[in-house]
Amino acid sequence: MIADDSLIAARNLSLHFGSIPALVDVSVDLWPGEVLAVVGESGSGKTTLLNVLSGRMRPDEGVVWYRDPAGSLADVHTMPAPALRALHRSDWGFVQQDPRAALRMAVTAGGNVGERLMAQGARHYGNIRAEAIDWLRQVEIDENRVDDLPRNFSGGMLQRLQIARTLVTHPRLVFMDEPTGGLDVSVQARLLDLIRSLVARLNLAAVLVTHDLSVARLLAHRIVVMQRGVAVETGLTDQVLDDPQHPYTQLLVSSVLQA
Amino acid sequence: MAYVAVKGGERAIDNAHAWLAEERRGDLGISAIGLAQITEQLGRSVDRVMAEGSVYDTDLAALAIKQSQGDLIEAAFLLRAYRTTLPRFAIAEPVDTANMLIRRRISAVYKDLPGGQILGPTYDYTHRLLDFALAAGTVPPPAAEAIAPEAAMPRVADILGQEGLIEAHTDDGREPGDLTREPLRFPATRDVRLQALARGDEGFLLAMGYSTQRGYGGSHPFVGELRVGDCNIEITPPEIGFAIDIGDVMLTECALVNQFAGSKTVPPQFTSGYGLTFGHAERKAMGMALVDRAMRAEELGEDANAPAQNIEFMLYHSDNIEATGFVEHLKLPHYVDFQSELETIRRMRAETGQ
Amino acid sequence: MNEILQGYNFAYLDEQTKRMLRRALLKAVAIPGHQIPFGSREMPLPYGWGTGGIQVTAAVLGPNDVLKVIDQGADDTTNAVSIRRFFAKTAGVATTTDTATATIIQTRHRIPEFPLSENQILVYQVPQPEPLSKLEPSRGETRRMHALAEYGSMHVRLYEDITRFGHVAISYDYPVMVGGRYLMAPSPIPAFDNPKLHMMPALQLFGAGREKRIYAIPPYTNVRSLDFDDHPFCAGRAPHPCGLCGSETSYLDEVVVDNKGGRLFVCSDTDYCETRRAAGHVGADA
Repeated sequence: MIADDSLIAARNLSLHFGSIPALVDVSVDLWPGEVLAVVGESGSGKTTLLNVLSGRMRPDEGVVWYRDPAGSLADVHTMPAPALRALHRSDWGFVQQDPRAALRMAVTAGGNVGERLMAQGARHYGNIRAEAIDWLRQVEIDENRVDDLPRNFSGGMLQRLQIARTLVTHPRLVFMDEPTGGLDVSVQARLLDLIRSLVARLNLAAVLVTHDLSVARLLAHRIVVMQRGVAVETGLTDQVLDDPQHPYTQLLVSSVLQA
Repeated sequence: MAYVAVKGGERAIDNAHAWLAEERRGDLGISAIGLAQITEQLGRSVDRVMAEGSVYDTDLAALAIKQSQGDLIEAAFLLRAYRTTLPRFAIAEPVDTANMLIRRRISAVYKDLPGGQILGPTYDYTHRLLDFALAAGTVPPPAAEAIAPEAAMPRVADILGQEGLIEAHTDDGREPGDLTREPLRFPATRDVRLQALARGDEGFLLAMGYSTQRGYGGSHPFVGELRVGDCNIEITPPEIGFAIDIGDVMLTECALVNQFAGSKTVPPQFTSGYGLTFGHAERKAMGMALVDRAMRAEELGEDANAPAQNIEFMLYHSDNIEATGFVEHLKLPHYVDFQSELETIRRMRAETGQ
Repeated sequence: MNEILQGYNFAYLDEQTKRMLRRALLKAVAIPGHQIPFGSREMPLPYGWGTGGIQVTAAVLGPNDVLKVIDQGADDTTNAVSIRRFFAKTAGVATTTDTATATIIQTRHRIPEFPLSENQILVYQVPQPEPLSKLEPSRGETRRMHALAEYGSMHVRLYEDITRFGHVAISYDYPVMVGGRYLMAPSPIPAFDNPKLHMMPALQLFGAGREKRIYAIPPYTNVRSLDFDDHPFCAGRAPHPCGLCGSETSYLDEVVVDNKGGRLFVCSDTDYCETRRAAGHVGADA
C-alpha cells in the first residue's frame, strides 16, 4: 500500500554485494516536509539505502516510487536516465559528506551556486548572481565572498556552500550523507542549526544518513535503524531514542549515553 | 607607405622542399646510402618503423628511413600513409608463436625449461663501450653456429596453464576489431587495445610501463617469457579453402606473469600482460605488456587510479603519428585566432584603465 | 587542368572509404551539430593539418567541382597551397581563389566575407571537435553530457569569465548551440565569424581527422552563440579600416611593419580585399 501523499515509497528493497547483504527487504516511506534519519554503524547499509532511494544504485529486488510535483508516481529505477538526471538537478538535491567532491573548486562561489540555475536554463547573468548572493546570505556566507574560489574556504563554509548550491533550485527533497561528518564539534553545531532552520523554513523533505544519534535527534522527525542491511526499528525520533525496542537500537542508544 | 601583401606561398614551398632534398642527400662527395645498407645494418630502426608504421616490409621501411633522414616517427608516418592506399587481399590466420623459429628465447621465471634459454643476438650483457674498431670498419669474426633444436619450445604461459596457475584466454569467437577501419570506441575491448599498443610509440609505452614499476599502478610483473623469431603467415583464400603459407615475419613476443587474482571461492591464478610487435623490439614488447596489464586493472577488480591504468588516456595518447601531427600543427599560422585574442585583451586592458 | 597523379583513385581515397565518409556525412546532416565517429584514414598529410577537412572534401568532390582552399582567410598561406595542390594532383579538379566561383571551399580558421550561396559547400578543418573538452577531458563523459543536453557547465564557464573580466573572454572557437539541441565547436574561427554560421544558405561540413569525428550544419539552420540575456554575444574586429581596400566591416590581420610600434591592418580574407580593390576601393596604405 502506498499512501496518497507520500513523497517516496520504497518497498521490499534487497541488494547483495557478492555474498554480503547490504539491504534485506527494506521498506521506507517519506512524507513532504519530513526529515527521516537513517542510523546505524558503518557497514549497516545506510549509505546503500540512500544510494538506492536516490536512484544512484539499483537494487536486486524491490521498487522505489517517487511522487513528482504534479502528483503522479514514478519508479525511480525504471525512469529513463535523462529524467532521473533532470530530477537530480531540480526537484532533488544531494549533500555529500565531502564538499570538495561536490563543488567545483576552480569555480567561484557564485558560479558554484548558479550552476544548477544555468543547467535549468537561466540565462540572465545579473539574476543568477543576485540569486547566488541571496543563497550565500541564507547559508551565512558573507556576500563579499561571491567571487572567491572555494579553495580558501574553511571546511564549514565549504559544506554551507554545497548546501546553497543544492538548495538554489528549491528542491522538495534532499539526500544528505553524513553532512556534518569530518567537521569540528563547534562547526558541526552551527551547521546543524543552519540545516534545521533551512529544512523548517523551506519545508524540505530529507533523507539523512548519519552514524551520530545526536544529529538524528536534532534534525529528524523519524528514524530508521539499520543493522546488517535490515531495518530493525522504525519510528518517531523521540520514541525510538527514548524507548528503543530492538536490542540493537538499545545497544546503540546506550553506547551513546556511555560516550 | 605602400604595402604589398605577402605572396608566394607556392614558391616558398617549392624552394623549401628543394632545399630539404639537397640537405637529405648531403655532401655529394660521400656515397649515398643504399636501402640494402639500411635493411642490413640499421635493422632495429627498420623494425621500429615497420611496427609503428603497421606495414611489414623491410625495403619500404628502409626507403622511409632514408627519405626521412633517419627520423623514425616521420618514417613510420610515410609507411602509414602508404598503407592507407593498399588493397586488402585477405585476413591472415592467427599467428602461432609456439611454432616460432626461435632466434632468442629467455624466461626469467624458470632456471631451465623445455627448449632451454637461448640468448640470441642481444645487447644484454654487452658493455656499453663505444667500439672504435667498428668506426674503422673492422669485420667481426663469424659467430658460432649450432643446429636448431628439434624439440618444441612451449610457451611459458602454456606451461603454467597446464597447472591452471595462470588465467586462461579462450577464443570468444568474436572478430577482432580494426582501428585502421573503425574509430576507437569505449569501452575498448582488449583486442582493440592491443592493436593500438602494437602500433603505439615505443617511447610512450616504455615510459608508461616504467611508471607502473615505480608505483603508479604496479602489478608485480615477472617476464614469463620473451621470444624473438620468425613466424609463418598463412591465409585461407576462399576459393582454395585451406591455409597457405605466404611468408615469414619476425616477431617479438613478451608474456608477463603478474600478481594473482582470486578469492576464497575462485582459486587464485596469476594474471598476465601481453606484448607483441613486428621485428626485434624487446623494449617495445615489454613496455606494451606492462601497459596491457595495467589497463586490465578495472577488469581484474583492482583500483584504477594510475595514468597507465586509464584506458581512455592511454589509447588516445599512444599513437605518435597522431601526437606528432597535433603537436606540430602549432607551427601552422594561427594569426587569425591570435588577432581575436589581441582584440580581447586590448579591450579588457582598456576597460581596467591600463 | 592539372596533371593527375598516377596510381591513385580520384581524390586519393578509394570509393569504399568515400562511401563510408558519405554515410557519416548523411548522419551528420540529419542530426545537426552532433558529432559522428568515422573511420578516419591515415592521410599523406599530418594529423592536425587538415586531414579531417581533406577527407570530407574528397568525399563530396566531383570532377566538375571548383575548389577553393583558404587558411587564415588567405588562399596563399602555405597550408592552403599545400592542400589545394593535393587535390589538383589527386583529382585534377579546377581550383580558384574566387569565392563566388568556388563550389567547395575548404577552410581553416575563417568564414569568407562574401555571403555564400545554396550551391556551395563550406568544409571546415577541425582540430578539436569536442566543445566540452576543456571542461571534461573524458570523451565517455562528454558523450553522455551531449546525449542528455547537460550544458550547464559550459554556461558556468561563461559566468566565470563575466565575473572575472566583465565579459566572455573566448575569442575564437566560440561555442554555439545548433538547432537548439547540440552544443558545437565551430572550429577555431574568430568569434567575429560566428554570426555567419546562423541560417547560412550553404551546407557546412566539419571534419576532425585525428579525433575521427564529422559533424554538419545543414543550410538555413539556427545557430546561436552561447551568451546571457544581459551579456549578449558580441565579437569585435580591430577598430580600423583595411589599409589596402578601406573595408570597415571585414575581419583584419594585424601586420607588424617596424620595430617602433608601427602596425598595418589588412583584410584577412584576401579574395574579398582583392575584389574590392579591383572594384576601385582604396585604403590609406595601398
